[in-house]
Amino acid sequence: MYGFEALTFNVHGGYLEAIVRGYRSGLLTAADYNNLCQCESLEDIKMHLSATEYGPYLQNEPSPLHTTTIVEKCTLKLVDEYKQMLCQATEPLSTFLEYITYGHMIDNVVLIVTGTLHERDVQELLEKCHPLGMFDSIATLAVAQNMRELYRLVLVDTPLAPYFSECITSEDLDDMNIEIMRNTLYKAYLEDFYRFCQKLGGATSEIMSDILAFEADRRAVNITINSIGTELTRDDRRKLYSNFGLLYPYGHEELAISEDIDQVRGVMEKYPPYQSIFSKLSYGESQMLDKAFYEEEVKRLCLSFEQQFHYGVFFAYMRLREQEIRNLMWISECVAQNQKSRVHDSVVFIF
Amino acid sequence: MVGSSSSWSTALVKISPYTFASIGIAISIGVSVLGAAWGIYITGSSLIGAAIKAPRITSKNLISVIFCEAVAIYGVIVAIILQTKLESVPSSRIYDPESLRAGYAIFASGIIVGFANLVCGLCVGIIGSSCALSDAQNSSLFVKILVIEIFGSALGLFGVIVGIIMSAQATWPSKG
Repeated sequence: MYGFEALTFNVHGGYLEAIVRGYRSGLLTAADYNNLCQCESLEDIKMHLSATEYGPYLQNEPSPLHTTTIVEKCTLKLVDEYKQMLCQATEPLSTFLEYITYGHMIDNVVLIVTGTLHERDVQELLEKCHPLGMFDSIATLAVAQNMRELYRLVLVDTPLAPYFSECITSEDLDDMNIEIMRNTLYKAYLEDFYRFCQKLGGATSEIMSDILAFEADRRAVNITINSIGTELTRDDRRKLYSNFGLLYPYGHEELAISEDIDQVRGVMEKYPPYQSIFSKLSYGESQMLDKAFYEEEVKRLCLSFEQQFHYGVFFAYMRLREQEIRNLMWISECVAQNQKSRVHDSVVFIF
Repeated sequence: MVGSSSSWSTALVKISPYTFASIGIAISIGVSVLGAAWGIYITGSSLIGAAIKAPRITSKNLISVIFCEAVAIYGVIVAIILQTKLESVPSSRIYDPESLRAGYAIFASGIIVGFANLVCGLCVGIIGSSCALSDAQNSSLFVKILVIEIFGSALGLFGVIVGIIMSAQATWPSKG
């Protein structure tokens, strides 16, 4: 019953909620980011990070350091924390935590299939996969020639199986089809996750619905902008939009027929929550759109911590960590390539 | 006798007042302990998890657990007081109005104390959980949230006071 979660949530979820809130207090603050932005080399970054919670993960790395190593070790920390939470969780929290990783699974599947298409080595691709999205038979993805085989050989045993019903065709895999496959899978995943949260009810469903609706709308805008000028037809584009969210259904109708960014802006400015995002961009500019969306997402994720006794904090924590890793990657790349003036272009402060 | 011999009012009145009194005593201790236990587990699970990252909060936040425990102690005290009020009356006088009154008074006292302590324990437990989590992030919040807990635990005290006043008038008819 909504409003009375406080009475029974702590039986199964109290300990883990307290743990995830403890993890949250270890996120890097604006002061940390300022220190990192002023570093001259990757060694400086490693030194600053060793004073934070990333210390134990980076201290054994030999110099010279690469940016990919830093990102890999930071991701390892996230994976460790996730696994600690997952092994202590009971139903339905364990299912909820697993849902968080399906997005990474989809990304890994697409990475391996694309890499195989471009004749890359399977081992090399496996190393690039996100550790949260690994599953047992992932290496066999390199063998599949078309989607039906992909499904039959590998994916039918994974949690992604139900998302494939809409995109099984016998066509051979090429770049366009793979992108469409990725977006169709992600659409099915988001809708499934949304339904699961609705079933959980209470504060979890309210908070997660808001976050997932924003995610669905953001993906709709990104799909629209990325497919302007490509051979993706309007109907195909329309099929890739999720069927929930603030933009559903009228915004989707308008987005499907947009042909340039200003038309997209016109559509989005009719929705007050997105108007503030688009007002930060001047006309014709789309590079800052990503950062504006990330900032809005971070704001909503931080707000989910204001309420107690729901599962949204777990999702929010994972997303905030991922944002932090993105920030660290950007800062490391800027420092490594001596482009420190552009450091603040893409860093989103969490606190 | 009240009413005809087969109405509900007769049935209620024919239940021995000792039944009501004993049930009252059972509720007073049983439901109070339920409230206290509920509150302690709500606070305790959050406290344990939060103390992993911030070990300094453990000793201060045991106050929340103590407030919940106090609720159970109120229940025990009132149960002991109530059971001293139980006296034997000769069987001819069991159904006198004065006997019934004494039985009902003890029953009501038990319910008052039991349910007041149940919600008090719940209240203090939930606040204690939030207190532990906030203290882990920002230690200046602890004292402020403690004030809220103190107001919450006053609820149990109200129940105890009214319960004891109720039970003070539980006088059984004297023998003879």
